[in-house]
Amino acid sequence: MATADGGAYSYSLTVFSPSGKLVQIEHALAAVSQGTTSLGIKASNGIVIATEKKSSSILIDDSMLEKVAVICPNIGIARKSAQAYWKIYGEYPPTRVLTQEIATVMQKATQSGGIRPYGVSLLVAGYDGNRGPTLYQVDPSGSFWAWKASAIGKNMTNAKTFLEKRYNDDISLEDAIHTALLTLKEGFEGQMTEKTIEIGVVTVPTVAELEEGKIGGTTGRVKPTFRKLTEEEVRDYLAL
Amino acid sequence: MSIMEHNGGSVIAMAGKDCVAIASDLRLGAGAMTVALNFEKIFPVTDRIYMGLTGLATDIITLRDRFRYLVNMFTIKESRAIEPSTYAHLVSSTLYSRRFGPYFTEPVLAGLERTPSGGFKPYIAGADLIGCLNFAEDFIVAGTASDKLFGVAEGLWEPDLGPEDLFETISQTLLNAVDRDAYSGWGAIVYIITPEKVITRTLKGRMD
Repeated sequence: MATADGGAYSYSLTVFSPSGKLVQIEHALAAVSQGTTSLGIKASNGIVIATEKKSSSILIDDSMLEKVAVICPNIGIARKSAQAYWKIYGEYPPTRVLTQEIATVMQKATQSGGIRPYGVSLLVAGYDGNRGPTLYQVDPSGSFWAWKASAIGKNMTNAKTFLEKRYNDDISLEDAIHTALLTLKEGFEGQMTEKTIEIGVVTVPTVAELEEGKIGGTTGRVKPTFRKLTEEEVRDYLAL
Repeated sequence: MSIMEHNGGSVIAMAGKDCVAIASDLRLGAGAMTVALNFEKIFPVTDRIYMGLTGLATDIITLRDRFRYLVNMFTIKESRAIEPSTYAHLVSSTLYSRRFGPYFTEPVLAGLERTPSGGFKPYIAGADLIGCLNFAEDFIVAGTASDKLFGVAEGLWEPDLGPEDLFETISQTLLNAVDRDAYSGWGAIVYIITPEKVITRTLKGRMD
């Protein structure tokens, strides 16, 4: 960890400190670890991402097809780039390509003048015909990884240790949702209710559903694979 | 004399059973004068997609290079081969980006699209010079002999032709159509795309 006093290097985004650190990026990561806890788990037949919801004013459009984020401040950027991709190729970008785009935007913020790096990490979960269901994490530095399960924000270290213990490769989506809730419960401040958490799931479409979708010359859209669980559904999962 | 007819040339694509074919003539002209007999108008895009370009020769070459660049960029970014339907939209949006000063070419695409269950489906498409896509289940024609190609193809094409029958059908269609067009002909080239391999054959035609 960088100290609060990074000396002469603490305000420049692009000058390495003698110990080989970009201090502002480290600070951005520190900002992430103060944020609300979010986690994602990839199951055999889907992905779940869950987050603690501190304020009720998080703006999310769950009906969109881009399959971005339950908590995602730069959803605007992601949507814009997904629409740009649609305009060229007539289809939405694969998860990896969209993640790459988000990462590029975040990387640019670490080098451009007059702006600061984003103080957020993101979990991007999606399904595409090419790679199947995938879960990515993007950091303020602009680097990104694919995970089987990961956590970001407050308590991320504890949550990751917890996930490491509970995860196996053939976990089902239902089990993954319960594991996600259990993980979130560790170190949750206050009562965990349908009002204080949010859950998003990616379901892997069946071959029949895919065949029905956009094949051949038609411009029909594929069925959305990402959706946010309703408050009722979250309440039901919490009751179990 | 329209700029679209200046250099002459024609392309046709046909769908068969688990295969597609695309063929063109080899003439390059300057008005009524023939300049070359080896001007190829069909280019490989991926292992499973071929594209033919008719119209103004200079734009054919420009677009061939431009699409090669765009497909290479796609392949690098996505680390996979582009699918025919995706490529068709790329062609469409590239041509439409020049809506008010178009490339004078009409592309024809032939490819095999991978289905979610792992098989291949014939995919053929055409576009006008500003990128309006035209999908067909049977055949797509373009070029100075397009009206004749329509006529012969409507008479000869039938559904579910195998690779060899499809080769015969597309070859006869092309040769007989270009014989009725002064701006196309002087030999032809045919590509048959199957899931396993691509067969390329050059045809002799009337040299008059």
